[in-house]
Amino acid sequence: MSEPVPAPAKLVAEDLHKSFGDKVVLDGISFSVADGESLAIVGPSGTGKSVLLKHLIGLIRPDSGRVLVGGQDLWALSGFEQNRLRRKFGMSFQEGALFDSMTVFENVAFPLRRSGHSPAQVRRRVRECLDIVHLEGVDDKRPAELSGGMRRRVGFARAIAHEPEILLFDEPNTGLDPIMTDIIDEVILEMREKTKATIVTITHHMPSARKIGDRIAMLFGGRLLFEAPPEEFLRSRDPAVRQFVEGRAEGPLTDGIGEVLRKPLPEVS
Amino acid sequence: MRLFEVLGGLVLRVLEQIGRFFQMLGRTAVWAARPPYDVPELLRQMVRVGFDSIPVVFLTTLFTGMVMALQTYNGFERFHAQGWVGSVVALSLTRELSPVLTALMVTGRVGSAMAAELGTMRVTEQIDALTSLATEPVQYLIVPRVAASVAMMPLLVLMGDAVGMYGGYLVAVQLLDANPVTYVDNSFKYLTVHDDILSGLIKAAVFGLVFSLIACVRGYDTRGGAEGVGRSTTQAVVSGSLTVLLTDFFLTKLLF
Repeated sequence: MSEPVPAPAKLVAEDLHKSFGDKVVLDGISFSVADGESLAIVGPSGTGKSVLLKHLIGLIRPDSGRVLVGGQDLWALSGFEQNRLRRKFGMSFQEGALFDSMTVFENVAFPLRRSGHSPAQVRRRVRECLDIVHLEGVDDKRPAELSGGMRRRVGFARAIAHEPEILLFDEPNTGLDPIMTDIIDEVILEMREKTKATIVTITHHMPSARKIGDRIAMLFGGRLLFEAPPEEFLRSRDPAVRQFVEGRAEGPLTDGIGEVLRKPLPEVS
Repeated sequence: MRLFEVLGGLVLRVLEQIGRFFQMLGRTAVWAARPPYDVPELLRQMVRVGFDSIPVVFLTTLFTGMVMALQTYNGFERFHAQGWVGSVVALSLTRELSPVLTALMVTGRVGSAMAAELGTMRVTEQIDALTSLATEPVQYLIVPRVAASVAMMPLLVLMGDAVGMYGGYLVAVQLLDANPVTYVDNSFKYLTVHDDILSGLIKAAVFGLVFSLIACVRGYDTRGGAEGVGRSTTQAVVSGSLTVLLTDFFLTKLLF
């Protein structure tokens, strides 16, 4: 499915399968992301985008298939070695997933303190990271006191604190207003510039995917339907891709649902 | 047929929980042995489990000792054995009542909090975030809580022993006009450090392990939002308390 890439592959998914009970969520997913490349994975809600992302960092174990990080098979490692490999990752979660018992400063400092940096190093690096995401004067606030956009950015700062080589973003701008959505996209681009990290972003927001991704892949029905650079993706004639890009209610993505929607509403007597 | 289905399902769930308990016990032991050792977090948890539980344990054991003295006096008076009230209070407190009641109170107070805290962290993806930051959640969250509980329970029970015996003394001497010298003398006459006090403290440590690990696992395995957190918290207290009572019987039977 993936095109041959010139740079060595940083992150590879090989034929991932995953079911929860009898619900198949991933049905043979393969892709590879080159070093320094940014891949955006789009798709309607509830198609297992987050599940896919959690496979890449080893939060969920695939039923079959492999995840290769810099050539190393994630699930061939012991729990201890897996943990070490995860230092290469930084992940931003949907609602931020900040530690609510800690202040903003402590949240960003967390990965640094865990890897034994000196207090002075920690302070300097936390300042750097909060600068990158344009947050000032919130060091001593608790996550509950922040707005959604701020929480998201603290999550970013925490994800890049230990200078990871791979960044994963789970719906970075869901639930934000259009302006904040664009600001978040800008922040992600800046982070990319400064960290030179390999990036995988999950989103259902087409403009973001187009802005952030070097390539866009579409996930539906447990498979990657289509994968292309943004311009080509937008021009695609694939009916499912067209439906998603144009944001229509009717089409192959909503086969069953479309029928229901077209039915006339029952008369109320 | 339906009955067998329900019963079978119940048995399977219980077996699954037991298996999960021992699996997590193994993981906790393995991760406890590995660096980094988070001493500040361990101390914080020891304060939460131990120091903060002092008032509850104090009142529980005080009144238990008092009511023990009242009841046994009432009974023993019928065959003129009032002199032995002190011994009975001391033995039953150190061997049985102080460890079990302390464990039940701490399960309710601390176990529920542990399950709710870890459960909330699970449903808000904070546990996933820990993993993503190369921090093993079992090591960071469960190890300090279980270690603190195992360490603090015997201390709480030791305090409970003393408080309960004092409660018994108060009632016997002040309320029932027992002779203070004979009461104290009888209290310690048959009480042995090794068989009675130590056996109670060993029980306490095991109870600490049991209730804290059950609470942590229930919280860790939480599914399904706010409702799931509520369910985990209830389960932590219910299965924690029941397991403490069950363990108590077998410990008493096997060891002492």
